[in-house]
Amino acid sequence: MTTLFPRRFSATRRRLLGGVAMATLFSTLGVFSPLAAAPAEANTLRAVMHSGLRVLDPITTTAHITRDHGYMVFDTLLGMDDQFQPQPQMADWSISDDGMTYTFTLRDGLKWHDGGEVTASDVVASFQRWAARDGGGQMLMDHVESVEATDSKTLTLTLSSPFAYVLELMAKPSSVPLFVMPERIASKSPDETLTVEDQIGSGPFRFVADEYDPGNRVVYEKFEDYVPREEPASWTAGGKVVSVDRVEWINMSDAQTALNALNAGEIDFLESPSVDLLPVLQANPDLTVEKINELGSQTIGRFNFLYPPFDDPQIRRAALMAMNQTDVLASLVGNPEFYSTCASMYGCSTPLGTDAGAPNSLTEGGGTEAAKQLLEEAGYDGTPVVMMQPTDAPTVSPQPVIAAQLLRQAGFQVDLQPMDWQTLVTRRASQQPPSEGGWNMFFTNWYIPEVWNPLVNPMLNGRGKDGGWFGWPDDSELESMRNEFSRATSDEDRKAIAERIQQHAFEQVTYIPLGEYSIPAAWSNDLSGILHSPVPVFWNVTKAE
Amino acid sequence: MFSYCLRRTLAAVPVMVVVALFVFLLLRLSPGDPAAIIAGDMATPEQLDRIRETLGLNQPLYIQFFNWAGELLRGDFGTSLMSNLPVTQLMAQRLEPTISLALLSIALSVVVAVPMGVIAAWKHGSLIDNAVMSLSVLGFSVPVFVTGYILIKIFSIDLGWLPVQGFRRVSQEGFGPFIQHAILPALMLSTIYIALIARMTRASMLDVLGEDFIRTAHAKGASEKRVLFKHALRNAGVPILEVIGTGFALMITGVVVTESVFNIPGLGRLTVDAILSRDYPVIQGLILVTSGVYVMINLAIDLSYALLDPRIRYQ
Repeated sequence: MTTLFPRRFSATRRRLLGGVAMATLFSTLGVFSPLAAAPAEANTLRAVMHSGLRVLDPITTTAHITRDHGYMVFDTLLGMDDQFQPQPQMADWSISDDGMTYTFTLRDGLKWHDGGEVTASDVVASFQRWAARDGGGQMLMDHVESVEATDSKTLTLTLSSPFAYVLELMAKPSSVPLFVMPERIASKSPDETLTVEDQIGSGPFRFVADEYDPGNRVVYEKFEDYVPREEPASWTAGGKVVSVDRVEWINMSDAQTALNALNAGEIDFLESPSVDLLPVLQANPDLTVEKINELGSQTIGRFNFLYPPFDDPQIRRAALMAMNQTDVLASLVGNPEFYSTCASMYGCSTPLGTDAGAPNSLTEGGGTEAAKQLLEEAGYDGTPVVMMQPTDAPTVSPQPVIAAQLLRQAGFQVDLQPMDWQTLVTRRASQQPPSEGGWNMFFTNWYIPEVWNPLVNPMLNGRGKDGGWFGWPDDSELESMRNEFSRATSDEDRKAIAERIQQHAFEQVTYIPLGEYSIPAAWSNDLSGILHSPVPVFWNVTKAE
Repeated sequence: MFSYCLRRTLAAVPVMVVVALFVFLLLRLSPGDPAAIIAGDMATPEQLDRIRETLGLNQPLYIQFFNWAGELLRGDFGTSLMSNLPVTQLMAQRLEPTISLALLSIALSVVVAVPMGVIAAWKHGSLIDNAVMSLSVLGFSVPVFVTGYILIKIFSIDLGWLPVQGFRRVSQEGFGPFIQHAILPALMLSTIYIALIARMTRASMLDVLGEDFIRTAHAKGASEKRVLFKHALRNAGVPILEVIGTGFALMITGVVVTESVFNIPGLGRLTVDAILSRDYPVIQGLILVTSGVYVMINLAIDLSYALLDPRIRYQ
């Protein structure tokens, strides 16, 4: 009998199979894996956040997930409570009678995760890095003469010109809070992102570097040496009391998978469930479904002021008249329980909330005919509106589609250009004409604390091509009113100026607020003490064992 | 044999060079700016410029390419623009889940599909053959995520036997937790390959079963089992091996849906994340590595042909 497989080849084949088996063994033994394993006994809270953590520098980036990471690892000099008031956190303060000198005194017991003591020079370096990067910080620096450590626990900030919003800016909870870092880390350029090794803070949780898997999983351990304040926790102010051993953030890109995991008890907290899936979560008696960020978010449309047709205020006004928040929100959110129309550029639940200057049609609809008339009066020549439509981000995909339809109904020519979100964020930085890679209109969303007053709201920046936000309105009147606002000390004055600013912004149509929404989070009933706050935080939370 | 291996290995070098050049240019010419992604919504054009400068993205393209190629030759894939971690470390973290899942799936596929194909060919035209072919059409046609959700519904939610998501490494938590977490994704991933391999096995076997030497084997009184598995299957092996090899390569590079549905931190999700954030060094490293895997698997398939069929070695 002839054999088709001579024995010498069988032996070679066996070696080959042996090689494959060895590769299998190596892979299953974890030769490829440098990740450490989690301790089995710890009281661990597992959370799925709105996104995976990839950038570890809460000063360089404004990504919310990185800000949330910042709150875990780093402490803030000041906090803000649910009455929108700055409160002491790492430091208490006093203000000189003329309002030009602020003295901050660090409280006792503040320690870095590597054992060192927090000093005032760490705070100075952190303040400088923050102020170089954050829009509010930059504005503050325009009025600052010096920031210096007067001793190891005291920091003095001296103003060069009156500025009444020092504490509010230093205490703001989003998007770039004033996180305090060791001087050696804070001395890095704000254009250079922090590394894994730089995750040494003095916050209530310690970053576990050897379990970090970017975009997939990040682990925090309770920082045993953290001394919380004695006041009850309120937003980012008060005592940050940690009652769990570990917090794990697991990124799940699939909404259904996250829902299944929560229902099955494999995770404890889901920050941002898909609205479509909420009824399934609400039907589970073992879960709590509740809004933790009651202020919510504002969705907006922004024009490019540099090129036709939106370089003409009359045409921008026509576009404003054509918009209808209800249509946009219904398409974006769907369930009216989770959205509301709001004509305030500062958010409707904030102290400055006002509908000054807004046309009724914005919240009630019915402005199409008026928009047509305005467009005709402006002599619109049919220049197409290049509108950028991100197709891969569910929270910003529907707005351009609805807006394009509303504008078309009013007589605009709209060139809706689909692209991914990252292409949009690159292209919106282009100051080229729309036909050469520029744009006319795009949409995005803001947390309310990022727009809640004229100083932090980037769309109310009127500094033009150099120093303005994308769209670049050059509006000296707006800038002068913002300066006036920055010097106002009484609540009445601030409110009155904010109203004037909004009135002016609606006249010039600096941008179009398209309504507010707030999606509830969901968590296991094993958790208690989840703090209601504009940013998700994990102190104050207890998990039943 | 040695010169055959050498020739095939050397032929892979220009392929990798072309892949490297192509990937580099494609990424740089496509829209998107990592600096804008890092900086976020509040950044001004000046800040973006400064971040670009820090990342080295404002240098001329050819300098960026030569810098990268120089690092590659030293075995350095670079550093992620987003996480600041070495690309090799990021890939190493994700390699085990993907490779172990692919190996489990391919093993499952071979164990199920080859006997199915052999039996279908043996009982050609019978009810069994029709059933195997129908199942294979079904396996081929149903999208993998649908299969995944059905499996999760039955085995995890209704029966509560298996976890709904996640991955456990054998090295850290033992074989039990690994198989508990990996079995459903492996089943999901293997349905399409079971269908493919079963069809290929059946077709190859049908060809071989009509050959003279099979009739001779029957005439000599060899048992049915011996004829099927010893004589027919070995001769039908080359195309089946090719499907298995290519399937393995596809599994390593194409498991992103499975990884998303079961939340497995593998190479597929790393690739998608890197593309969405325009993390150039990570994308470049991943494509080079996966291209290398393809080239190596093809090389292994070619070499195994030579083992299976001596005629190939002398060509």
